[in-house]
Amino acid sequence: MADIAATGSPSISASPKAAADNAALHRMIFIGLAATLLVLPFIPVIGYPFFLMKVLCFALFACAFNLMLGYGGLLSFGHAAYFGLASYVSAYTAKHWGLTPELSILLGTASGAVLGLAFGSLAIRRQGIYFAMITLALAQMVFFFSLQTPRFTGGEDGIQAVPRNNLFGLIPLGSDTSTYYLVAAVFLAGVALIYRVIHSPFGQVLKAIRDNEARAVSLGYRVNQYKLAVFVLSATLAGLAGSMKAIAVQLASLTDVHWSMSGEVVLMTLVGGMGTVFGPIIGAAVIISMQNFLAGLGAWVTVVQGAIFVVCVLIFREGIVGVIGKWIKRPL
Amino acid sequence: MSYFRMNRRSLMAGAAATAFTARSMAQAQQPVNIKIGVLNDRSGLYADLTGEGSALAARMAVEDFGAAAKGLNVQIVSADHQNKPDVGANIARQWYDNDGVDAIADVPTSSVAFAVNQITREKNKIMLNSGAASSDLTGAQCSPNTVHWTYDTYALAQGTGGAMVKAGGDTWFFLTADYAFGHALERDTAAVVTKAGGRVVGAVRTPFPGTDFSSFLLQAQSSRAKVIGLANAGGDTINSIKQAAEFGITQGGQKLAGLLVFVTDVHALGLQTAQGLILTESFYWDLNDGTRAFSERFARQRGGNKPTMVQAGVYGATLHYLKAAAATKSRDATANMAWMKGNQTDDPLFGKGTIRADGRKMHPVYLFEVKKPSESKGPWDYYKLIATLPAEEAFRPIAAGNCPLVRA
Amino acid sequence: MFELLGIPPQALFGQLLLGLINGSFYAILSLGLAVIFGLLNIINFTHGAQYMMGAFIAWMLLNWVGIGYWPALVLAPVIAGVTGVIIERVFLKRLYHLDHLYGLLLTFGLALIIQGLFRNYFGSSGLPYQIPAELRGGQNLGFMFLPNYRGWVVVASLVVCLATWFIIEKTKLGAYLRAATENPTLTQAFGINVPLLITLTYGFGVGLAAFAGVLAAPIYSVNPNMGADLIIVVFAVVVIGGMGSIMGAIVTGFGLGLVEGLTKVFYPEASATVIFIIMAIVLLVKPAGLFGRTA
Repeated sequence: MADIAATGSPSISASPKAAADNAALHRMIFIGLAATLLVLPFIPVIGYPFFLMKVLCFALFACAFNLMLGYGGLLSFGHAAYFGLASYVSAYTAKHWGLTPELSILLGTASGAVLGLAFGSLAIRRQGIYFAMITLALAQMVFFFSLQTPRFTGGEDGIQAVPRNNLFGLIPLGSDTSTYYLVAAVFLAGVALIYRVIHSPFGQVLKAIRDNEARAVSLGYRVNQYKLAVFVLSATLAGLAGSMKAIAVQLASLTDVHWSMSGEVVLMTLVGGMGTVFGPIIGAAVIISMQNFLAGLGAWVTVVQGAIFVVCVLIFREGIVGVIGKWIKRPL
Repeated sequence: MSYFRMNRRSLMAGAAATAFTARSMAQAQQPVNIKIGVLNDRSGLYADLTGEGSALAARMAVEDFGAAAKGLNVQIVSADHQNKPDVGANIARQWYDNDGVDAIADVPTSSVAFAVNQITREKNKIMLNSGAASSDLTGAQCSPNTVHWTYDTYALAQGTGGAMVKAGGDTWFFLTADYAFGHALERDTAAVVTKAGGRVVGAVRTPFPGTDFSSFLLQAQSSRAKVIGLANAGGDTINSIKQAAEFGITQGGQKLAGLLVFVTDVHALGLQTAQGLILTESFYWDLNDGTRAFSERFARQRGGNKPTMVQAGVYGATLHYLKAAAATKSRDATANMAWMKGNQTDDPLFGKGTIRADGRKMHPVYLFEVKKPSESKGPWDYYKLIATLPAEEAFRPIAAGNCPLVRA
Repeated sequence: MFELLGIPPQALFGQLLLGLINGSFYAILSLGLAVIFGLLNIINFTHGAQYMMGAFIAWMLLNWVGIGYWPALVLAPVIAGVTGVIIERVFLKRLYHLDHLYGLLLTFGLALIIQGLFRNYFGSSGLPYQIPAELRGGQNLGFMFLPNYRGWVVVASLVVCLATWFIIEKTKLGAYLRAATENPTLTQAFGINVPLLITLTYGFGVGLAAFAGVLAAPIYSVNPNMGADLIIVVFAVVVIGGMGSIMGAIVTGFGLGLVEGLTKVFYPEASATVIFIIMAIVLLVKPAGLFGRTA
């Protein structure tokens, strides 16, 4: 898998000065991102909070996925399982137990983590395409479970009309805009966490494993423990994205656990740029906007989406942010 | 409910919102802008029986009503919900919040219909549902903002289930698509069968969507039930009927009951395979002069395809809604819904009818048998009318639906 | 008469036979995937769409040109194979130096495009295709009624599968193929036109998918979505058999058909998932698949 990830992330800067420069650049981007998120709801057309929340949830999902693919070199084809299960747990606890949003999101995230631990410890024993297939097989079982337990998941209907209870039991989330700011805050925290992980010693070891696993083993790293850790972390964050989505969109459905969702998150990451910190965010925004604004085209949406896949793979493998990173010669 | 009382209520609803009354007075001379969104499956399993055909039906309703001359400036938009509740909910919200859509029409697939039902209620707009099957839309989940026009699982069960038992098919085996709609259809039909003195000897839940039903059909065959009830839709129904013919199940004396079959499905199957099938629909293009004239115009714009009952329902519902908007001269959902429920419906496709307080549109439902190839006079000449069920017999009595609106 | 877990043996035989018939489709389709993966190292996600194309080409030949089932059985795979050759020349060729993942993504995108186009043009209710007159009717086997056509499907797919196996494992052409799989550079050095071999192999794999499509046309409806979900299952079959293993794909295809048939009797709701459960177990116990070599 080494050559997948290497395309998107220029190798770690050699000199301390360059590293500091990059860190400063990234800090600027984070500040810019936060400022953008703050003013977005006031911009017409795209500033529709409901749409923005959806983009942010999927952006976090794609970032979580990218942590594993872009930095761990592990292609999972079953990430919908963690996203979807967490979304069900969060929707169920909010609707039927009347839990406050932070508690149901927490429980949803935890369910993603537990599932990630279980599936991860099975899947990391294999590599490459087999790894992808195991994750797919395990995710299909989650889909089957969701389909067969309508008492919990609502079957085809999904869990609809998920209530937005008061945050901490105090702050009402009545309007879409206030929920949007909650989602935006959690999203920023999630991306910042991923950024920290990537640039921590743990992240460096991960990249080493991605680039040359045999060498990492010979250097004495317990490769499987690192892989499992990044797997669980990625599943947990995917769970966070899923649970937030359930509260924001007020719906958890089979779409969230279907294998095409696992394919979609790969597409988002690919379009934005694998192995870049900010790429998946852009990728998610592009794909969700496309689905949103082209909905009137009917079956042509599938054709357009397919064409984007083809173009990306043939001539645009670095993705949008990867290309920008190449222009300015900085890792993004 | 008298016409006058309804009108007074709609006036009061208008007066409650002062801003609204002021605006509607200012607009009295100018045309009222109405936007109707046709939301359905444009790319999947149900695209042929809803899809662009439904959007065309809505446009034809605008044209036939002569909306412009009656002070309405109507715009029809359409979108694909891909049979996914999340996609449908998203589009509905966007239409209501940003695009100024006043009413959403069609919405097949019950799971999506429930999602749109709830959003429509929350935003106080109107849903003119034609495509969805679940009778819960006018039952436990009924809403003051929804009209359920064309058919529902209860009516399908009454029509096909009742007729088959009457004709001697008193033992049943169900092939049920394993999701909410299939379960509902099985439940409703089983109730009709048992009530009419029949017996259900077994059922098998088939993964949805499926392609190979031979194994399940064989189980149905060895159950020795007289009737095999197909509680499924679309491609599942087509495949199970096709394979039943192939395995000689109908020759063996067992009868197939297609609980939800559309004319497009029969078209896809061909008469050779589909002949003898009993089915229930509330519209067929060859019923009378009115339906024939409409279907002819429709087919000319759809490459020769005749309209399905869902597309016809979109036409009827849109027409009635436009009448309401023209009468109230407003976009106000409460006022228009009050008018729609307070006045008789009348269109060339469904004849005269009413809309009940729970949102159920009342009209007769027809029992058809698919013709033998030798009986068919040409393309799309598929059905023989066997019986007509009056609306009161076909649809669930209002008190039995557990609709909270009615209990109150 | 004894009963096995409440199922009379006659019914069980019937179900096993039906499983074998479904297994025939899995076998041809997974064989095509395995052949393509073996030589091109590409997971051909377009396979389902190409299977669908086979059925549609047969339909178009009949309704537009008036060519019936038997010629279509040969013509449709050839036509589809030609489109496959074009796809390989235009797109896939550029990806060989990259990771498997890119091939999978590209073919996934192509599948979306093809399915979308067919849906736009033909709608999605499906189109009728009659069983050829020679194969109408059926045999009463005592425990079940076997339609002649279904019997033909098993025979045809067995013949095609075994012929393919024979060509690849026992002939000179097959030896070149296997050599090119092992070491393309060296094979090229021996004067064999490896790029041409690769192109034709892809065309052949696509042809197999289209052949399965023509076989399926009379019994399943000809529908733009007919291959969309099948591809994931067939994919699993190939993985269980061992990626790239020819015999593995064939045996697993038929075998899993049987297993699925049994599941339909005992726990029908799970019949769509049982293959994935088996796949997870096999991969954990024997990572290279049942017949695969360890990489």
